[in-house]
Amino acid sequence: MASLLDINLFGLFGQLLVGLINGSFYALLSLGLAIIFGLLKIINFAHGALYMLGAFLAWMALQYFGINYWVAIIVVPIIVAAIGILIERILLRPISNEDHLYSLLLTFGVGLIFQGVFTHIFGSSGLSYKIPPELKGGFKLPFMYLPTYRGWIIFVSLLVCGLTWYMIEKTKLGAYLRAGTEDPKLMQAFGINVPLIVTLTFGFGVGLAGLAGVLAAPIYSVSPYMGSNLLIVVFAIVVIGGMGSIGGAIITGLIMGILEGLTKYFYPEASTTIIFVVMVIVLLIKPAGLFGKEN
Amino acid sequence: MVSGNEKIRIQNLHAFYGESHILHGIDLHVLQGELVTLLGRNGSGRSTTLRSIMNMVGRRTGSININGSETLDLPAHRIAHLGVGYCPEERGIFSSLNVEENLLLPPTVRSDGMSVDEIYEVFPNLFERRFSQGTRLSGGEQQMLAIARILRSGANILLLDEITEGLAPVIVKKLGDVLLELKKRGLTVLLVEQNFRFAAPIADRHYVVEHGHIVEEVRKDELEAKTPLLNTLLGV
Repeated sequence: MASLLDINLFGLFGQLLVGLINGSFYALLSLGLAIIFGLLKIINFAHGALYMLGAFLAWMALQYFGINYWVAIIVVPIIVAAIGILIERILLRPISNEDHLYSLLLTFGVGLIFQGVFTHIFGSSGLSYKIPPELKGGFKLPFMYLPTYRGWIIFVSLLVCGLTWYMIEKTKLGAYLRAGTEDPKLMQAFGINVPLIVTLTFGFGVGLAGLAGVLAAPIYSVSPYMGSNLLIVVFAIVVIGGMGSIGGAIITGLIMGILEGLTKYFYPEASTTIIFVVMVIVLLIKPAGLFGKEN
Repeated sequence: MVSGNEKIRIQNLHAFYGESHILHGIDLHVLQGELVTLLGRNGSGRSTTLRSIMNMVGRRTGSININGSETLDLPAHRIAHLGVGYCPEERGIFSSLNVEENLLLPPTVRSDGMSVDEIYEVFPNLFERRFSQGTRLSGGEQQMLAIARILRSGANILLLDEITEGLAPVIVKKLGDVLLELKKRGLTVLLVEQNFRFAAPIADRHYVVEHGHIVEEVRKDELEAKTPLLNTLLGV
């Protein structure tokens, strides 16, 4: 019944759903990276660690303070954003005039420190975080079963990505951000407080990573390495989309998640490498990425 | 000593890009409603003088007084709020913004700036192309946009860098008319200009910059007498 041309539609849609969920995380994380890279020209290697921090803070909030998921999903991204702001002000700003390689190495070091500290305290095995009761269960669709929480992830991710895109493309603040990526010095000469915008942008970008971490906590194992495993894939997606391209990061994140899901169904052996294969092809054909601007 | 109607007074200004010492003690002043030009050859330090006023160079020493306030220690984004509008040599039109977004980008620094409607009246081409990408405009239109942008912000001290460069004569004439109109409205203009023929009839005074120094000051009424000297200094 649910089989068409030897394709098991239940299996196919199941993998598509997994791909769409992964794509939602890819989109949220690569969006944060793209925003930070666009304005600061910083490749934030601490992004994965800050995603992990978001998941751990949600877990700790529930475990130690009884703070539930609904409070955590609001408060934790703000805390992670505040930590990001401190990283930008204390560590990144003093080296902002140096070669970007220094900030790359610095954020890489910061990421390893976070990872090391959490491994030391919680060990490397994963911790579980229960799905909130309101999001348990699921819906039976014609070709698949959709767990409510997974639908929630896709909904939140698309909503946040959409709102962020709107803010950047259609508002005055977004115009500041876009212009700031082109010529921050001229923006300052116009009377715009660019250092403040840089700080808030960095905070917002890592806040998105914190949000992704909270969303991930109930379905993935909360572990110190959850960020580093994902980060390399997310970087590949940012490269495919075009470094600094906001729309590119969102669209590519979702498409690569779906592509990964389809590969898992049709040729599972290639599912962990397909994104990197696409990255190599894109770099060869269009080095600035699918949505990036050629310099 | 800063006199009452002085909008800009620069004293012993030195400016550096990294290890390079570009300005070697610039002294100049601009009175309210004056149009003053900085003349000189390429690389003499004229554009760096404007960039120094906006705190866009590496390091500065000396004194830069704008509207009675010392600005040497002010962060770059605070200087515009003293009523200064800067139009860079490369025009600074943002490719990621459309014409209207470019126009609305600078925050209002004084309350008596031109409204968007007034600007579209003065520059009808900008109205027609208000939803086009900023960098898709012609060179002349981009220059109009760059000037319109700071007029909307309400700036009453305009620092304009090589605004006629590479433009057709008809556009240059239009820019001259715009500058005269701005003068009539009482705005103060410090203009870096290579095109002496453009600058001569509209300016009140000229400073000649050479190797990071002011080497000559020429008032409008001295222009005829000092033309041979200016030709020598400018290599005309």
